[in-house]
Amino acid sequence: MADTRLIRRRRGPVTLVLRVAVVVYLFLLVAWPVSLVFDRAFRASGPHEGGVGAFLERLGDPAAVYAFNLTLTVALYAVIANTVFGVGISLLLVRYRFVGRRVLSVLVDLPLSVSPVVVGLALVLAYSSTTGWLGGTLQSVGFQVIFSTPGLVLATAFVSLPLVVREVVPVLEEIGTEAEQAARSLGANGRQVFWRITLPSIKWALVYGVVLTTARSLGEFGAVKIVSSGAEFRGETATLFVHNHYQNFDEPAAYAVAMVLVLVSVVALAVVTYVRPREERA
Amino acid sequence: MSIEVRGVTKSYGDFVALDDVSVSIPTGRLTALLGPSGGGKSTLLRIIAGLETADGGQVEIEGTDATALPPQRRNVGFVFQHYAAFKHMSVEKNVAFGLEIRKRPKAEVKRRVHELLELVHLEQFAKRLPSQLSGGQRQRMALARALAVEPSVLLLDEPFGALDAKVRKELRDWLRRLHDEVHVTTVFVTHDQEEALEVADEIVVINQGRIEQIGSPEDLYDEPANDFVMGFLGEVTTLDHHLVRPHDIQVRTTPADGGVAGTVARVLRVGFEVRIFVRPEGAADDGTDVVVTMTRTFARSLGLEVGTRVWLSPEQGARRVPVVGAPTVPGDQPVDAVKV
Repeated sequence: MADTRLIRRRRGPVTLVLRVAVVVYLFLLVAWPVSLVFDRAFRASGPHEGGVGAFLERLGDPAAVYAFNLTLTVALYAVIANTVFGVGISLLLVRYRFVGRRVLSVLVDLPLSVSPVVVGLALVLAYSSTTGWLGGTLQSVGFQVIFSTPGLVLATAFVSLPLVVREVVPVLEEIGTEAEQAARSLGANGRQVFWRITLPSIKWALVYGVVLTTARSLGEFGAVKIVSSGAEFRGETATLFVHNHYQNFDEPAAYAVAMVLVLVSVVALAVVTYVRPREERA
Repeated sequence: MSIEVRGVTKSYGDFVALDDVSVSIPTGRLTALLGPSGGGKSTLLRIIAGLETADGGQVEIEGTDATALPPQRRNVGFVFQHYAAFKHMSVEKNVAFGLEIRKRPKAEVKRRVHELLELVHLEQFAKRLPSQLSGGQRQRMALARALAVEPSVLLLDEPFGALDAKVRKELRDWLRRLHDEVHVTTVFVTHDQEEALEVADEIVVINQGRIEQIGSPEDLYDEPANDFVMGFLGEVTTLDHHLVRPHDIQVRTTPADGGVAGTVARVLRVGFEVRIFVRPEGAADDGTDVVVTMTRTFARSLGLEVGTRVWLSPEQGARRVPVVGAPTVPGDQPVDAVKV
């Protein structure tokens, strides 16, 4: 049975025009350009060979392998940090009333609206060993942030911070506190309530948030560009690899890595669509 | 006494939810906290459970001071109006929750869960998720879950409030029978006087943060302490500046000594009973007609219809409560009548 709350029953000429317009728009803006990347990744151009073999060879290049490794490492840490803090911040925002709650809520959204380049600049100012007092202090104990992996993690975590929070907050609001109170009256302490009741209730929202965070972390460019030295084998992430090789007229390598990034996004989206209906069924 | 509440006060900003409330809940009985919405009864229940902290006063459960204890250390079972089911767990896991938290041996948990599911007639639904149960079944599951930990008191917050009328009535009877079987001290909150009168051994009437009266259903119905209790438990009508039960009024078609004369303004038949609305002589049509209920047979024998002149007087021994704010000399000025 069709859900008439969301879906219009009647189909008229307006529906048709709207449909065509949307499809054309999406094709010109998204589908067609992205498909060109796929195409280019396998096509021969000038002196470069085409085909799957050449494609795999380009991906097997040590610089590319290093870039993927770095991207994965950075994404892993960023996702872990944002999952832990995301759940914490969500609980704080939904379950507690305190002075400055609204400010905190806006701060969490800030990374969505601030340009990643600005995020990069801000992190450099705060953590570089020359301008920031904290960076200097950390440097003196042998911990370099900017132009090193921790800086990349920071930048990536910054830009993907809201994704988990914005998924989890509405679910927390919806489930309310009654089940948690019931668990308490049955003898569960705070830790047990969290692990046995709260976490399972927000599980799907959390998975969705983590998938989005992962996709965003793998694809981050602007903030990473500023905080990384960005040279081969020295802080060159996958997106930077694409950028650098494209600039240096090594387009086939750029397209090969770009295509993997697209593929990962598509897989992430597939996971999300797989997860979504379950979440709605619950 | 199983629960001893002494001088408990609670306010939310300017709103005083509980104003110096003291009450003793007897062991092994079924007690109803009855009152209108926003009267403070749920707040009192939540304070007893430890889900809410009182601003002042003391709560004692089974002889131990529980005022400062967190809910998980009070050993109370709590049942919520909207079930508060653990949606991601099967029915049996829901019921087992308290036992698993207490790290009871697996075999014992299994046996106990089975017993409880049998008690609430949900054996065949053990593997289902709460979302696959009806409202009444969910509430029975919640009851089994609360009973699993063998609480010293069982607290139910409007347990049948979210259910439809028929299921509510069934569950009400069932709760009464369950209580006769289990004998755990039970306190339930309700705003439904019929529910309280039918199920409870004892009723505590709470209004505007204060206790109006405590007593058995009979006491409260027959000997209400004031016009609020009288008006809240059962129907009332105003006759001669007093609140009287509509079935406690004698109707005569001939003039009688001390009777209030009037004419029948409306006759309404509801099932087996007939309600007649009598407008006293000289009164305006302002919705303050005296309501009298009687059986259909009696109404017929008197030949009552709209326009009949009747004389009304309270039955012998009927409870009459003066209307607050009524003039001492009858007939001087308009009366603040209580609408039915």
